[in-house]
Amino acid sequence: MEVFFQTLVAGVLKGGLYALIGIGMTLIMGVMGIINLAHGQMMMLAMYLTYVCFHFLGIDPYVTLLVSVPCLFLVGVGVQKYTLNPLLKIESLLPENQVLMTVGVGMVLTEVARFIFTSNYVSVKTSYSDATFFIGGISFSVALTIAFGFACALTAGMFWFLLKTDLGRSIRAVAQDAEAASLMGVNADRIRTITMGMGAGLVAAAGTLLLPIYYLFPDIGGPFTRKAFVITILGGLGSTVGAILGGVTLGLAEAFGATYIGMDYEDMMGLVIFILVLLFLPGGFKRLTKV
Amino acid sequence: MREHRIPLILLALLLVLPLVVTEPYFQHLMILVLLWVTIGTGWNLLAGYTGQVSFGAAAFFGVGAYTAGLLSHHLGLSAWWGMALGGAVAVLIAFPFGWIAFPLRGAYFALGSLALGEVMRQVATSWESLTEGMVGILIMQTFISKLPYYYIALALAVGSILLVQAVTRSKLGYYFVSIREDQDAAASIGINTTKYKMISLCMHAFLTGTAGALYMNYMGFIDPHVVFSLHDISIMAILVAIVGGVGTLYGPAVGALIMVALQEVFRSAGFGALQALTDAMGGGFMTVVTKYVSQAHVLAFGILVVVVIMNLPNGVVGDWARIKRAFRRG
Repeated sequence: MEVFFQTLVAGVLKGGLYALIGIGMTLIMGVMGIINLAHGQMMMLAMYLTYVCFHFLGIDPYVTLLVSVPCLFLVGVGVQKYTLNPLLKIESLLPENQVLMTVGVGMVLTEVARFIFTSNYVSVKTSYSDATFFIGGISFSVALTIAFGFACALTAGMFWFLLKTDLGRSIRAVAQDAEAASLMGVNADRIRTITMGMGAGLVAAAGTLLLPIYYLFPDIGGPFTRKAFVITILGGLGSTVGAILGGVTLGLAEAFGATYIGMDYEDMMGLVIFILVLLFLPGGFKRLTKV
Repeated sequence: MREHRIPLILLALLLVLPLVVTEPYFQHLMILVLLWVTIGTGWNLLAGYTGQVSFGAAAFFGVGAYTAGLLSHHLGLSAWWGMALGGAVAVLIAFPFGWIAFPLRGAYFALGSLALGEVMRQVATSWESLTEGMVGILIMQTFISKLPYYYIALALAVGSILLVQAVTRSKLGYYFVSIREDQDAAASIGINTTKYKMISLCMHAFLTGTAGALYMNYMGFIDPHVVFSLHDISIMAILVAIVGGVGTLYGPAVGALIMVALQEVFRSAGFGALQALTDAMGGGFMTVVTKYVSQAHVLAFGILVVVVIMNLPNGVVGDWARIKRAFRRG
């Protein structure tokens, strides 16, 4: 029974970070109607930023949040403004050329990282990387718990922003109907740019928080893009609440898969869930929660 | 006959080319180009004509290659049986996949297909009793000369182009295009969209699987990371089609030539030109440049995707008129 609760805790904590990754993806999905296949690669970029700050400047990863999030916001803005927005005006046979474009952007980011940092694994070892504390016989990783706290705070902040601010309302308006929003005087291109920046910023936060307990190499982006996608499908496309549920579900599934089936199958779990959701719950959790 | 003149002249050239140019390295590159013509043409049928962008070409390619390899490895049959069976087995995989994934549209279908490729790679890696896992499969090649492989690859490439041509001129092709243009409208006039998407997917799977089986026979060695590679197979297939021209008959053929040439220029650092330059200049800075260039083919592909989508959204063949105009003006 102890193993069960231990796995549960590990899954939920990891799920908090996954939710952060998923919310960024689902925001972009909702507003632009595209899947950002460079999502994990943006996270990889934030992780390298954190690594550089820690390794060369000695800045604590949690302080680096103040650097990595704004930096990635700018990267997201740049990607949207100079590569994706122009595509809206180009006539092409393939409706998915924006998605293909994000693939290209992701490849460029990965290879640039490989040029600068080579393919070697690196990690950030802080005093709290391996630290744990116990509540009722169940161990909590300090770093993961702090990350979970940050993730919850950022998610709550995100909700407040989307529900209460003018900009948040404009974003939701564009997500619902870009044309109607334009007619009401919302600059849809600008909203798209800001949304991409925010998605990148959120995933940057997740990357920075994850780094103290994880490792890093240029190809790490791909698996996380896939995770983000599974979370988005699981939660329901464009649903923020769904992304949180999806993130926690994926975290739990991976934890239980690793404990009860075998470490090799941790990465398979996401794909299995993906297929099960498509078969039995197309539309994801959004269909159950209606938000 | 007139419209066939240029393709027929090209075909005649391709038939005598390896007899004139006997350099094995060059013949090897030509075989790769022809393999990519087949794969790109298959992808173009599914994505360019039917509008279902797939990131799963590697799944079918790998299944075809493993079919050929495992027939030889476990049953002791000639791997050439794989040429007949590889495509069929790929279709068997395509069927349940299409059943699961075709309710998805657009980008979601694309990601479903990406997941298929990843699942297949995981299976090939983990199921060691069948596939030997990461060790891979090694078989003896039948021919020492590259000529037989060249002509088989040529036959396959020509066959795939003829197939797509026949399809696009038939009713089937019009159904495909109607699905690409507007799936709901197609359904509303009584086209069974799932059925025709499935037919398109199966043709794509068959061509890609057969190409995979030929790859196994030709290279003699495969492992999960080579034949189920996302970048080197699935994305390369997409690049071949979009660079050449999506939804055009000869686009993938042009794209295959460009992409294989580009890949090789980077891999060999300008066919050894940079290396020669390094030796002439006495190492130092140029050694670093040469090393980077030879690693940069994926970066170049990434930049190429961005540039092509922005400037030539319909590829070299699709935007040929625009390219010509730009050159005349400039």
